[in-house]
Amino acid sequence: MKPNVDDNLKDISNQEMRRATIKSLAGFAFGALGLLGSIKWLVAGTDADGLSRPLRKILEANRKVAGIIFSNKNLAPVFPKERAASEPRLNGNIGLESSIDVDDWILNVQNNTLIRGMNKSSMKLTLDEIKKLPKTEITFEFKCIEGWSEISNWGGTKFSDFMLAYGLGGFTDHGHDNLLTEHVSLETPDGGYYVGLDMESALHPQTLLCYEMNGKPLLAEHGAPLRLMVPCKYGIKSIKRIGKIAFVGNRPADYWAERGYDYYAGL
Amino acid sequence: MTIVKKKHPLAIRWFHWINFPILALMLWSGLWIYWANDEYRIEAGGKVIFKFFPEGFYQVFDIPFNLAEGMAWHFVFMWVFMLNGFAYVCYTLFSGEWKYLVPGKDSFKNAIKVTLHDIGLRKELPAATKFNGAQQIAYTSIIIFGAGSIITGMAIYKPVQLSWITSFLGGYKTARLIHFCLALSYVFFFVIHVVQVIRAGWNNFRAMVTGFEVVAVNKNAKENEA
Repeated sequence: MKPNVDDNLKDISNQEMRRATIKSLAGFAFGALGLLGSIKWLVAGTDADGLSRPLRKILEANRKVAGIIFSNKNLAPVFPKERAASEPRLNGNIGLESSIDVDDWILNVQNNTLIRGMNKSSMKLTLDEIKKLPKTEITFEFKCIEGWSEISNWGGTKFSDFMLAYGLGGFTDHGHDNLLTEHVSLETPDGGYYVGLDMESALHPQTLLCYEMNGKPLLAEHGAPLRLMVPCKYGIKSIKRIGKIAFVGNRPADYWAERGYDYYAGL
Repeated sequence: MTIVKKKHPLAIRWFHWINFPILALMLWSGLWIYWANDEYRIEAGGKVIFKFFPEGFYQVFDIPFNLAEGMAWHFVFMWVFMLNGFAYVCYTLFSGEWKYLVPGKDSFKNAIKVTLHDIGLRKELPAATKFNGAQQIAYTSIIIFGAGSIITGMAIYKPVQLSWITSFLGGYKTARLIHFCLALSYVFFFVIHVVQVIRAGWNNFRAMVTGFEVVAVNKNAKENEA
């Protein structure tokens, strides 16, 4: 190969090189603009619930994806009772600020289902009536949305047993899934904290209405006299000191979902 | 004498440059999440040596306490991160690029020589193909780490529905810790990577933008190569 050919090649290359560099830089700059634009679009316009609409949409889509693997057969791992924390960590007392008399406590239940017209539209239950239902105990790793987790022990009745016993939300042992209400709404007696729960999660075999912790009646700070435990969700859904449970068709209000968190919060 | 040579395919350049801002967003939103319960620390004899992260760290980087938004971002950009990584791996497999990237039997020796050279204990760089041994090990590890982030991520994202993954990794807390350490390793990789890119110079950097590299050749070597 002659030296001057190489020199030509080099000259052309230099030109081409410059052109290629500018072209490529322009291409990637265009890409960067595209990314910036899509980020702008993603965060534009915070909705009423503290999150932008596109982000909220994608969280809803994630929920649909997670729904593919959601099953009553997928259970939170359980542990021997001895491993449970004797004094489980506390986080938040929203809705528990006022004191209540546990003996005067009454659970208000509303059955808003239109399909099963024979059901009472509302009823009041005492703790003793709930304690009569089959008892279930679980020792699992409670997971707070903040990131910490802790093995703790809880006792109460399966939410599905509770629904079955009183024919709530259209749940019967005849198995008409299409007659079920879609959501459950739970709130504290003062209405300060409220949680919305999808029916699949309410019927999950590990979802409990708890009145015991470590085999003893619930302490006030842990939600006495009755609280929810939803092992298949972050702790924000495990509402303490339940005052009212309603079976509804539309997605109910949810304290943390209104503050930018994922409504589903499923694990 | 110099010649222009094709180095990085267009697809790989795109995967690389897309990954850069996406990984940055994942790390940033990850910090928002981590700060809600920043419990990791290095201890020795009951004494805290280093806390992840000292308060000053959050202030210097102006990281707000923002768990809800951090989770939303993390669970949105995880898709881009995964798809881009998956596309990259598929591309390298099908295009044959993996041959330059996956370490071979001499890569470790080569990497040691490269390291000795880079810290000034060896005069010459050892002979290498497109990537030297140290690069092969680093670039392959980072892909394995990426896979690790996805697997540990799934383990802590759905520890009930995917409890078999979580248990396999040693439980929820362990999976979270691994996920965190992998994130740290990206930062570590990034610092070394940028230092090396600066050291390698403009020609090398430009190759990752344009795909072309100017190489010096002597006549004989060039003819042999052709």
